[in-house]
Amino acid sequence: MKDQAPRLPLRAINWNRLEDEKDLEVWNRLTVNFWLPEKVPLSNDVQSWATLRSEERELTIRVFTGLTLLDTIQNSVGAPAMMPDALTPHEEAVLSNISFMEAVHARSYSSIFSTLCLTPEVDAAFRWAEENPHLQQKARLVVDEYQAGSSPLKRKIASVFLESFLFYSGFYLPMYWSSRAKLTNTADLIRLIIRDEAVHGYYIGYKYQRGLERLDEGERAALKDFAFSLMFDLYDIEAKYTAELYDGIGLTEDVKAFLHYNANKALQNLGYEALFPPQACEVNPAILAALSPDSENHDFFSGSGSSYVIGKAVATEDEDWDF
Amino acid sequence: MGGLIYFSSGSGNTARFVDQLGLIAGRIPISPKDEIPAPARPYVLICPTYADGGGRGAVPKQVIRFLNDPGRRALLRGVIAAGNRNFGATYALAGRVISDKCKVPVLYRFELAGTEIDISRVRAGLKKFWGTECLTMA
Repeated sequence: MKDQAPRLPLRAINWNRLEDEKDLEVWNRLTVNFWLPEKVPLSNDVQSWATLRSEERELTIRVFTGLTLLDTIQNSVGAPAMMPDALTPHEEAVLSNISFMEAVHARSYSSIFSTLCLTPEVDAAFRWAEENPHLQQKARLVVDEYQAGSSPLKRKIASVFLESFLFYSGFYLPMYWSSRAKLTNTADLIRLIIRDEAVHGYYIGYKYQRGLERLDEGERAALKDFAFSLMFDLYDIEAKYTAELYDGIGLTEDVKAFLHYNANKALQNLGYEALFPPQACEVNPAILAALSPDSENHDFFSGSGSSYVIGKAVATEDEDWDF
Repeated sequence: MGGLIYFSSGSGNTARFVDQLGLIAGRIPISPKDEIPAPARPYVLICPTYADGGGRGAVPKQVIRFLNDPGRRALLRGVIAAGNRNFGATYALAGRVISDKCKVPVLYRFELAGTEIDISRVRAGLKKFWGTECLTMA
């Protein structure tokens, strides 16, 4: 009888008793980074939007609709599916934050649409998203791994690939526009999303590595095979999706370099080595600069024959260390 | 050649980068309870970035503890910073913060666990750097 079964007590979360310091570190990072689309003055892009050709506008709306689909999945399926797998109560709390922020991301694209676009254009793009085979296929592959039949670590692999790889065929475009001084406020909003996704991919990849530590070598090897094989499958679809979207403006190869670069980073989040060789990952410098604007480029080691400027040793007092 | 000290958290990205470098390196421990390395000669520090959106908290606490000791700080000659371009303006910010505080150059920046190109540039760069350092001190 049901009421005779031994039952575990329901446990309240105690943030003063951490089992994994990373949970608090990531919780703090995510909560400090919290934002809403209303914070970004999207209406400043109205004039810029009008300078895009109609096929460029259609492309942009489609790309954002594709991104909305992935955020919707991560909000309502992905992050909740990983909650029962959590090793600590704090991990569950972090996942609830991740879930909510994915809803904010999904909501943000609609803010862009309502600010810049006409309703029929947007409705057409949502229909396109439901009918596009490549978009549906990649989303389906990930959702299938989130289902109950899969394993906790396979779910994490799928999640890291969604957060750290699948978004980038889409993120490329606002970075491209921004590098040409177009839709720069929209790009600011997308950069906030990119920043969040980077923490999500990092954290879930970290938890994946903790999970791997509990397995024997055979199980670890099987998961690594699974991860690379899923990456191959997703890449195959992404390459087709990318060609379909970007062939028209001649950017497919440029986007693919960005995909390779991000696929390698997604694998690194899981603790694995790169899949694509460096020559396949030469991302357009304008796109890299659009990703991290204002980040000073000190690069002594790759400069050609330049002399090193070594700072004078100035006495530093301990009280200077006020980070 | 001078020494190499690094910090890597549980994600292991910086540790994997240092493994790939194949140079002897001292690790600043993750746990404050473990002993911090005490370099006896000049060294370069490899440090990941943990900044929030406003740039706060870029340098991991254990690295601050390590550098808070004037003796250890006096031997620091340069910093290599890790990060992720997806964090925008705060990409590899730990390098700049340490550079400003300790008046040493940011030698290189790389993402996550680095690429083959990063590894070969840092290997060659460190070799050249320590060559320069010896000439400077002669």
